[in-house]
Amino acid sequence: MSVFKDAGHLFRFAGLFVLAFLIFLVVRHYVVPRSFGQYGHYRGAAMGEIAAHPAKFAGHETCEACHSDVADKKSKGKHAHVNCEACHGAQFQRLPAPAAKPNLYERFVALIVPPAPPDPPLLLHAEDPTSVKPVLPDTSVLCVRCHTASAAKPKGFPQVVPADHSNGMPCDTCHQPHNPGMDAPPAETAAKAPGGAK
Amino acid sequence: MNLNRRQMLILLPAAAIAWKAVLAGTPEEASNYTMSDHWWGMLIDIPKCIGCGNCVRACQTENDVPDGYFRTWVERYHVSDWKMENPQNIHDIMTNPLTDPEVISPDGGKEGFPVATDTSGKYFFVPKMCNHCADSPCTQVCPVGATFIAPDGVVLVDQKYCLGCAYCVQACPYGCRYVHPEKRVADKCTLCYHRITKGLTTACCEACPTGARQLFDLKNPKDPIHEFLKTHSVQVLKPQMATGAKLFYNDLDGSVR
Repeated sequence: MSVFKDAGHLFRFAGLFVLAFLIFLVVRHYVVPRSFGQYGHYRGAAMGEIAAHPAKFAGHETCEACHSDVADKKSKGKHAHVNCEACHGAQFQRLPAPAAKPNLYERFVALIVPPAPPDPPLLLHAEDPTSVKPVLPDTSVLCVRCHTASAAKPKGFPQVVPADHSNGMPCDTCHQPHNPGMDAPPAETAAKAPGGAK
Repeated sequence: MNLNRRQMLILLPAAAIAWKAVLAGTPEEASNYTMSDHWWGMLIDIPKCIGCGNCVRACQTENDVPDGYFRTWVERYHVSDWKMENPQNIHDIMTNPLTDPEVISPDGGKEGFPVATDTSGKYFFVPKMCNHCADSPCTQVCPVGATFIAPDGVVLVDQKYCLGCAYCVQACPYGCRYVHPEKRVADKCTLCYHRITKGLTTACCEACPTGARQLFDLKNPKDPIHEFLKTHSVQVLKPQMATGAKLFYNDLDGSVR
């Protein structure tokens, strides 16, 4: 054992390294989130958190579950491919899911960055139809958003100059928004609608 | 308890495996969404876009995007006749600012665009958003692993992990990221990850009145995108950067940057 005769100081130093490494492992265990590296160099649980964001648009399938009469009417007209919420706005907000028990990492983060207050519970029309009556869109604002004539719009798209077209009358005086085509349009209106009567 | 060496050699790895299982915690509750079955992207059909701004408003509503920041926005291009017809030399075409198209995007096109009175030249709208690149420059520069390409091809930001250093904002060649003014972390289009994982389409696709935006899943053999790609020649923005962008543009003009 003469090799190790005067090597005590080296062993003490090596012991320090081992101790530091163990401390590093312990700290790392608590600092690195559990799901980090599950799929790659990121926190796998992040995808679940992003997917938990509450949806606001219910989707036209949800609307059509109750409003099948409107869906039928719409499917026959030129607005067949316009989804309900394109005009009526978002009709859906889920109740926020109950928060999961925070793990150590999240509690650590909460010490530094105070967590945002939870969203107020909202229950809109698509979740409970009786809770909220959606506001009926104002056709004089809604229709011109898409149908105001502009040289920049595709040539085949129905466009009108609103002031000339209706003399300030709301669009739904003549047009049904769910099926805007007019079976017997007044000749005067049709003539002033470039590309409108297709 | 007496353990011989043989038992010890078996017990130690078994204990290690058991400890690993304890650390991993409980697996997520089973959902019928399998990430590896999807490869998401979006098709933008330029000839269908009317610049109404419905997508921009819908995105803001759906994702609580702060005013003045955009996860998606619409640009209007105007390429005038004179510049197209009278280039003096190659520099006029390539570098002269007069040959560049006029691009406007007032408030991201959220409230539509002013009426175009100059009927000369060529007008078109270009909706823009995150390209959900398969080789995205923005995820490569993140120093902490807070932004990543999910196994289903969506580029996401882990906002709990993000430091807000904004390297990714600089790295994105399409200008699709911003630092959230209140959360002070990077924010961007998630391709409505909370919707597509539940079988819904994105908010912008849901709100688009003309079908100019279409979410597609390249791993779904029944997706109409496959038929569309056979019959149309689509392009991506900045193909020279080899980002593997999955935002496909149909009928894209060469002047779009």
